Amino acid sequence: MTEEKHTISLLVENTPGVLSRIAGLFSGRGFNIESICAAPTMDRLVTRITLVTRGDESIMEQINKQLNKLVNVIKVQDLTETDFVEREMALVKVKAEAKNRAEILRLVDIFRCKVVDVTPTHYTLEVTGTAEKLTALLDLLKSMGIKEIARTGSIAMTREKK
Amino acid sequence: MELTGAKIIMEILKEEGVDTVFGITGGAAIEMYDELAKTDIRHIMVRHEQGAVHAADGYARAKKDVGVCMVTSGPGATNTVSGIASAYMDSIPLVVFTAQVPTSLIGNDAFQEVDIVGITRPCTKHNYLVRSIEDLARTVKEAFYIARSGRPGPVLVDIPKDISQTTTNYKPSPRPSLKSYNPTYRPNIRQLRWAMGLIKEARKPVIFAGGGVILSGASRELTKFAKRLKAPVAGTLMGLGAFPGTDKLWLGMLGMHGTYRANMSVQSCDLLIGVGVRFDDRVTGKLGTFAPYAKIIHIDIDPTSIRKNIPVTVPIVGDCKISLAELNRLMTKESFTVDKKSSKLWLDQIEEWKKTMPLSYDQRKTIKPQHVVEKLYELTNGNAIITTEVGQNQMWAAQYYHFDQPNCFITSGGLGCMGFGFPAAIGAQVACPDKLVVDIAGDGSIQMNIQELATAMQYKLPVKIVILNNRYLGMVRQWQELFYDKRYASTDIAHAPDFVKLAESYGGVGMRATRPEEVEPVLKEGLNTPGLAIMDFLVEREESVYPMVPAGAPITDMLLVN
Repeated sequence: MTEEKHTISLLVENTPGVLSRIAGLFSGRGFNIESICAAPTMDRLVTRITLVTRGDESIMEQINKQLNKLVNVIKVQDLTETDFVEREMALVKVKAEAKNRAEILRLVDIFRCKVVDVTPTHYTLEVTGTAEKLTALLDLLKSMGIKEIARTGSIAMTREKK
Repeated sequence: MELTGAKIIMEILKEEGVDTVFGITGGAAIEMYDELAKTDIRHIMVRHEQGAVHAADGYARAKKDVGVCMVTSGPGATNTVSGIASAYMDSIPLVVFTAQVPTSLIGNDAFQEVDIVGITRPCTKHNYLVRSIEDLARTVKEAFYIARSGRPGPVLVDIPKDISQTTTNYKPSPRPSLKSYNPTYRPNIRQLRWAMGLIKEARKPVIFAGGGVILSGASRELTKFAKRLKAPVAGTLMGLGAFPGTDKLWLGMLGMHGTYRANMSVQSCDLLIGVGVRFDDRVTGKLGTFAPYAKIIHIDIDPTSIRKNIPVTVPIVGDCKISLAELNRLMTKESFTVDKKSSKLWLDQIEEWKKTMPLSYDQRKTIKPQHVVEKLYELTNGNAIITTEVGQNQMWAAQYYHFDQPNCFITSGGLGCMGFGFPAAIGAQVACPDKLVVDIAGDGSIQMNIQELATAMQYKLPVKIVILNNRYLGMVRQWQELFYDKRYASTDIAHAPDFVKLAESYGGVGMRATRPEEVEPVLKEGLNTPGLAIMDFLVEREESVYPMVPAGAPITDMLLVN
């Protein structure tokens, strides 16, 4: 069986320790987390967690069941089985010397980024998109010298039926 | 009613029908204990917190109810961890109250502070730190509800000292409902019909019963089901007593130290019906080779148990008792009958396996541990509650004592926690004061919670301890003999106390047998002693447990004799 990337959306009770229960479940059972992102929903008692993991069919079945078994978990949805929108955001501090300042701005344009901070030596870019898009941009920026990056990890939700 | 936190806890214990609490007090628990002493609830003061949890475990199993513990913060709390982990693996309902330092000191590395909620997160069904007095009542109610519902398990509630002292208005609340927790009891009818289809086609069915049958009280339904189907029944260690151990259809335990006929039956059957089991590695052996010709029906209340280790044909998520009752009803409705010819062939084959390789040992000049257990079974007419320690003693108890009733065999199955048996026997004796409770022990394990002799004496609990004393950590020695060229690294424990004198020093009675002819008189004398008795049997030092399937091998690869 092949390991595939899965994006899982969880609704959980907004109680202390809930994130650690989920992280502990993954580490204790040898599942991996590629990214995890948590923030409250409109209901302040409920938090949405978007989690990206990898596994074959049987591992994904266990991950799904084990998450459901946690008392604080309200809903588990493997978005990969549905039509869904996925976005990630990154802040990238890139070296901007005279010779490549224009090139960076062209990339900003192509990737629809924003320049959020400018100094004589650096640009800080804000970029959103799928994880693949972010990786593609970072690959292009690498040769110019990336000083720092901060990525949020994916957030995602199903597309509304038309 | 304006009540302190400690008092609210007592009110809820009463509402939940708790009559006994096991534990030890301490600085942060003093308020709870002060209130506990004012109630009618019986407190069993143990001598080590691990003993409290094992005792509550034994109590819960013998009484078919929730076991309750109360301990102090810091070391009191950390000492409960092995007990909690054992109860978690065996799905035993417990509520463990740990005291905590006052909320203002949490996180400050205060005296006797430990993050017990963090420590026990992976080995509890759920746990709580109560941060506000307003949350206390709801939390404690939820703890009991979660512990006893669905697949049961231990729930820990951490109570900071100031929470136990602060007051709030308390009024009893109804059973909690949790939007994120709702166990499935009723199986899906389509799955049951699918299962019925396989049952009708089967020519060589085997039922494989586990602890879930006992936890859900489904023994009667299981027995009816098996008889109707004329299907032989094998059990896991946790499932002993789920089906009558003296019935003709009983195959015995399966797996690593299972009977020849149980392992052969499972490996040859065309339909395996797993009820309340989790296909543990000690049962399946090498996964790819387990039950190679069988379609598998798996009934369990916990969806994570299903397809965790092995693929199954028909998964049924539901309570064992309800699911089996439904299957029985379907059989009646559809006027199910067994194909007599194929059934006879199958049962004859099993009889043959039974005759060719029965459990056996060779009685020579030294006492054989199996002989002690066999005699114990005879002398107690199979009516005792048996607890065990962990290792060879546990396996011989499982093989040579036969259980006709559920809730009579109490052992640390999943975790294999040495030191379990004696405190569990204390708990079982508290739950069933009129029953004979015997701990079948090894000389290694018994020393891991031997301090509880004081507890048994203090509360006049007439527990009987049968030590199969081989002066080795025997199970590991057995592995060293078989797989490590007899290099007995750190397993010789001949340096040990005199158990007879030890019993006497605590105020109990001790006796010893060194020759086979002394076994019966010593057992008789010990079992007839009114109070606590230790019977120390000096057994053949290098006796091994057979059959044995080496770890990771197919379960037909049985080493059968010495």
